[in-house]
Amino acid sequence: MAEFLQFLISGLTVGAVYALVALGFTLIYNASGVVNFAQGEFVMLGGMVTVFASAAGVPLVLAAFIAVVVAIVIGLLLHRLAIEPARGASAVTLIIITIGASILFRGIAAIIFDKQFHKLPGFTGETPINILGAAVQPQSFWVLGGAAVVVVALYVFLEHTILGKAVLATAANRLAARLVGINTTTIMAIAFGGSAAIGAIAGILVTPITLTSYDVGTLLALKGFAAAMLGGMGNPVGAVIGGLLLGLLEAFGAGYLSSTYKDAFAFLVILIVLFVAPQGLFGRRVVERV
Amino acid sequence: MVTKAKLKTSLVAGAIVLGVPQGALAQDTIKIGSVLSATGPASFLGEPEDKTLRMYVDKINAAGGVNGKKIELVIYDDGGDANKARTFATRLVEDDEVVAMVGGSTTGTTMAMIPVFEDAKVPFISLAGAIEVIDPVRNFVFKTPHTDKMACEKIFEDLKKRNLTKIGLVSGTDGFGASMRAQCVKVAPNYGMQIVADENYGPRDSDMTAQLTKIKNTAGVQAVVNPGFGQGPAIVTRNYAQLGMNNIPFYQSHGVASKSFIDLAGAAAEGVRLPAAALLVGDKLPESDPQKKVVTEYKQAYESATKQPVSTFGGHAYDGLFILVEAMKRANSTESEKIRDEIEKTRGFVGTGGIVNMSATDHLGLDLSAFRMLEIKGGDWNLVASGS
Amino acid sequence: MGALLNQRFLILAMLAVVIAVLPFVFPSSYYFRVASLVWVSALAAIGLNILMGQAGQVSLGHAAFFGIGAYSVAIGPTHLGIPSWAALLIGAALSAVLAYLVGRPILRLKGQYLAIATLGLGVRGALVISTESGWTGGPDGMPVERLTLFGWRVSGSYTWYWVTGALLLVGTWIALNLDETPTGRAFRALHDSEVAAQVVGVDVARFKLQAFVIAAVYGSIAGSALAFMNGFINPDQAGFLHSVELVTIVVLGGLGSVVGSIVGAAVLVTLPQALTVFQEYEHLLLGLIIIVSMIFMRNGIVPSLSGLFHRKART
Repeated sequence: MAEFLQFLISGLTVGAVYALVALGFTLIYNASGVVNFAQGEFVMLGGMVTVFASAAGVPLVLAAFIAVVVAIVIGLLLHRLAIEPARGASAVTLIIITIGASILFRGIAAIIFDKQFHKLPGFTGETPINILGAAVQPQSFWVLGGAAVVVVALYVFLEHTILGKAVLATAANRLAARLVGINTTTIMAIAFGGSAAIGAIAGILVTPITLTSYDVGTLLALKGFAAAMLGGMGNPVGAVIGGLLLGLLEAFGAGYLSSTYKDAFAFLVILIVLFVAPQGLFGRRVVERV
Repeated sequence: MVTKAKLKTSLVAGAIVLGVPQGALAQDTIKIGSVLSATGPASFLGEPEDKTLRMYVDKINAAGGVNGKKIELVIYDDGGDANKARTFATRLVEDDEVVAMVGGSTTGTTMAMIPVFEDAKVPFISLAGAIEVIDPVRNFVFKTPHTDKMACEKIFEDLKKRNLTKIGLVSGTDGFGASMRAQCVKVAPNYGMQIVADENYGPRDSDMTAQLTKIKNTAGVQAVVNPGFGQGPAIVTRNYAQLGMNNIPFYQSHGVASKSFIDLAGAAAEGVRLPAAALLVGDKLPESDPQKKVVTEYKQAYESATKQPVSTFGGHAYDGLFILVEAMKRANSTESEKIRDEIEKTRGFVGTGGIVNMSATDHLGLDLSAFRMLEIKGGDWNLVASGS
Repeated sequence: MGALLNQRFLILAMLAVVIAVLPFVFPSSYYFRVASLVWVSALAAIGLNILMGQAGQVSLGHAAFFGIGAYSVAIGPTHLGIPSWAALLIGAALSAVLAYLVGRPILRLKGQYLAIATLGLGVRGALVISTESGWTGGPDGMPVERLTLFGWRVSGSYTWYWVTGALLLVGTWIALNLDETPTGRAFRALHDSEVAAQVVGVDVARFKLQAFVIAAVYGSIAGSALAFMNGFINPDQAGFLHSVELVTIVVLGGLGSVVGSIVGAAVLVTLPQALTVFQEYEHLLLGLIIIVSMIFMRNGIVPSLSGLFHRKART
């Protein structure tokens, strides 16, 4: 039981981070149809800016705030300078642009920061908490709680504000949204800014556990993308569930099966899910229009 | 139509020709090459190596160079990609026409580059860990870091002294971790060691509690060894403490031998043992230690120039560069083959990694005494007194 | 039709001329090495472009086939005593069979879902390679025996320049011809709209599968060529980042354009070599160049430039 609980919490913690990255993917994808492979770099920015700001003497909370603002600015710039000028290009062209952006951000981060690994202190200490025999880092609760707050905040924004509804309308049908007077360019900018903020928050929350460096983004983008697909691209609920599920698959795979092949195991499950449900667990069925 | 095709093809040609600037031919300099993983997953190795080489080549040149000639250093960054490393190796040999090479941050990149230097008969001093770099011995290939096999042996020696024989392994699946794991499995019987748990983690994994829980619940584990480098071992160490496994002795490898490991692992690193070069404990060495002078000078020079804590990885580059420089001095020549012969004759070279005595059958020249068994106490490295 | 035939011939002729003339301007064998890398990457990209550009299917796991080709010629001769040339053919056949088997179920997926499925397969392939170290040498890779053909030991940068150049010519020729066969037309119909293609009677599933198998064989042969050329192979070549690199080459050069794949490979292989003079700014510039070229040449370098040329010619 203690063992099971240990795997469960470890999987949920890692999964919560995947979920936030997947959520970032989803937000941008819904508003613009772009699969943003630079999503992992927002997570990197969140962690690295916080580390360097707090090393420069800025209090942790303020440093975290600065990191989120920096990420939002970068997200808006990415949209304004790289995505907007290529409006109307094919989906795969836009993907390559985001891959270029991810290389660019990593290159800049390596110069401005450094290539070392860094850590942040746990927000509320690092003494493990014993839960029915499982040892849990207090930071795990920050990650899980933080992720929950982000998800709820996003839900409230999307369902209960005019702007949020405009985002949903754009996601449902871009042309129709424009016809009813929604400025879809602004909506896309909001999506990029919001998605950058979510990524940065994930980075700040998780750095005390996983450490960070200028190039942590690649793998997170890969895992986040996989999570988004597992849940069904375009569905925020799916993204969250997909992320948590992926984290759990990895932890239980490593714990009960083979730690060597745990990633293979996770991808095997994704493949099986896609064979059964080709749009992911919660994906929308799309009808191709001729 | 013709012009269209022409346009396309001239683009191809243009892109290739544009590719590379011409190397200047200067007879009054000695060209030394290096291919390092200054970026990418192994940048924590490549970066200090890069800084060390640049810093000391400047110093050597400021002091008049070697044999009256200035050293010209050509460094390429392979990003940890073996195929790129291979291309840069060809570039060093064929285009830059270097007389020797000090580089190759990882075993993967080193192994990919070896054929180039062997074919061109240019000496190659590798900075990679695995034993396969110098075993079997290749004519033009040398290396400076201790092998992973030696690290396993040093750890097992220590375990044997403590009467611990049942061990658990938790290894990174990167080149370093996989290679060292294989060596440990191989030499374990020689020391009467029994491997009762054998777990792995990906080089970029962020949580290893699942693997450690399995080891924790394996009956009879008396000690745990973690072959790995990069941030992985720091996370393993933190998870180890989180799970309250501190009562089981825990060994890291020379792959974490930089102060940043202690910083990253924090309090969890207390009591962790590892085999490492004297460089890490320069200030704690007795005055009589022959390495004392070299390691304290290098540490001071590196830390004041880079504002970063010294690592043994940069030290490997220091050793490689000076083994080469001294060989060039003795050869009094810039002919690659003569330099090779002199590198092989290196005896009693005092480096950061140990005292190097090479021979035709040993292109590393270090023995187990080059490793010190260290224990982390009070956030710093400490020498383990022999017999404890 | 005559004009098209002509154009195909011209492309091939120009490519042959470029391959033949370049050696006269190359100052050292390092340039031959880089050019050979361009030919190998171009070969893999042309194959992938048949899948992506013509059949409209994205694969993020294509490097897995590259890896199968590479490790076939490494493992075959070393562990099984198979002659190198036979190992190359076995690798290609293996890739084809594997593509056929996994292609059936996964090609039902669309767009990003296909991308993630192929990515998943690619990740599994790379993981197997780096874990089964008894066969593959693990993450540090393994040496590859030199290719010997009728007693001729194929080695050296010059030799490999010509061998890979010849391979690229053959690959280009086949791809160009494919364009004009009923299969090629079916591929293009697929790319434009799957539903429409189905309505006019194209067996969508069969043609997608065919494109996937062809792409796999191209990738595998390119992988074998690189392994022979390097005399060494490691799992990076089968990994996710190499898959992304191949996709980038295809899109950068131009989806559906055979010449585009060659140009894309030339740019992406030589760029890092050219950018070394910028030291730590190398990656920053690489990213910037990719972004800017995709913004201003959104259909890829070759289609965009030739479109520009046609517009100018008309006015």
